[in-house]
Amino acid sequence: MIKASTLQERDAAVNEVCPAGEPWMKAIRKGQVFRIHDLEGNQAVDTLFYNLHDPEERYSAVDTLQRQRHLYITTGTKLYSTEGNAMLTVVADTCGRHDTLGGACAQESNTVRYALDKRFMHACRDNFMSAIAHHHEHPIEKRDITHNINFFMNVPVTPDGRLAFADGISAPGKYVEMRAEMDVLCLISNCPQLNNPCNAYNPTPVRLLVWD
Amino acid sequence: MTVTTKAASLPGTLLWAETIPGGCHWSGVIRRGVALRLTDVEGGTNGAMLAFNHEERFERYNMPDTLKGQHTAFLTKGNVLYSDMGRVICSVIEDTGGWHDSICGVMDDATLAARFGARRYQEHRNAMTRSGKEGFLEELGRQGLNRRDLHANVNWFSKVVADESGDLHFDAGHAKAGAFVDLRFDMNSLVMLSTCPHPLDPRSDWDPKPLRLEVWRCGIAGESDYCRNFRPENQRAFLNNERYFAT
Repeated sequence: MIKASTLQERDAAVNEVCPAGEPWMKAIRKGQVFRIHDLEGNQAVDTLFYNLHDPEERYSAVDTLQRQRHLYITTGTKLYSTEGNAMLTVVADTCGRHDTLGGACAQESNTVRYALDKRFMHACRDNFMSAIAHHHEHPIEKRDITHNINFFMNVPVTPDGRLAFADGISAPGKYVEMRAEMDVLCLISNCPQLNNPCNAYNPTPVRLLVWD
Repeated sequence: MTVTTKAASLPGTLLWAETIPGGCHWSGVIRRGVALRLTDVEGGTNGAMLAFNHEERFERYNMPDTLKGQHTAFLTKGNVLYSDMGRVICSVIEDTGGWHDSICGVMDDATLAARFGARRYQEHRNAMTRSGKEGFLEELGRQGLNRRDLHANVNWFSKVVADESGDLHFDAGHAKAGAFVDLRFDMNSLVMLSTCPHPLDPRSDWDPKPLRLEVWRCGIAGESDYCRNFRPENQRAFLNNERYFAT
């Protein structure tokens, strides 16, 4: 559901740009509002959330789908954890629909999906590995990297069960905003995938804002 | 009423068989080149499954890679289960069920208690309720893993359809008595199963159904294998397996 926010960018406590193909990691406290702003349009933002104080509790795509009985993420969606707790609630969304089935790209999955010689193209898993390597304060390892949300990515499923990575439905300036229901750690890979239309074949920067 | 149908004959010599009662859980190792038949003995079962590389437990079944790699939102004959490392864990070499869910996860204790009421061992002995999540946590612990290793599972015999709007609907008449699915394991795998009802199954009576396991030696996938050639992605994933096993 399309819903605009009343929050003003000038009032944000955090206002950062994550360039195309880079990771981003930051704590978001309970009650804060977090916005991801698709600056140039159709940029897949691969996003994971962890309980800031116990990263073994983390975002769960299957619990979110099961509990809302709905495939897509938009205004009103609660993002559930592996322990069945609502971690964040989507409070505004000018894109309308976000994916949580498509996962993140990796060198290994690129060899399967495209060609064995695509192994050395930059991929989201490398961003996740880089972020956790440089943030020892958070005890997160590969085994904790779970199935993520792809904000602004369009992965339609048909009633007969076909799944496609389709052209994006986002556009320059679209955003999604969520209120943290617990203290969370956000881990993003601003997706560098060049082999399918998830980034319109042109990965671009996103703006990340947090309001108290 | 309990309905059972005559079992279809196995394509190989039975190595062992086991029936997991409804609402119970199991784990074990199944080797490369060995096949596992899962049979919905009475109809209405749900076979929730996790799978790991037995030698490198941090390599595991990856639902998103499996679905997007094969452009499907469900599993059936021809599909393979990809690991997160671009390799094939197992292949669906036969399937009379036609649709198997992998996007809804398992029910936890709180959800089970809210829907069915929790039945403790003290009053109900082995008719106690066990949630799918609890079953997986116990099997993970038994095998030296823990909740960090709990990711999206397959729900064999359960069909969940997304309508045009994205709402999810459970097909209550889908799992038929006698339906089976044959999995050829393409790497040495640690497999975990729970027979707790599917989380979207609307039935409100606690009557979980059993799942029969039958195992035989089937050999590894050849060049002309049906699953290998089902999609070009599968061909490349099998090449990754061959590099890994140097075969």
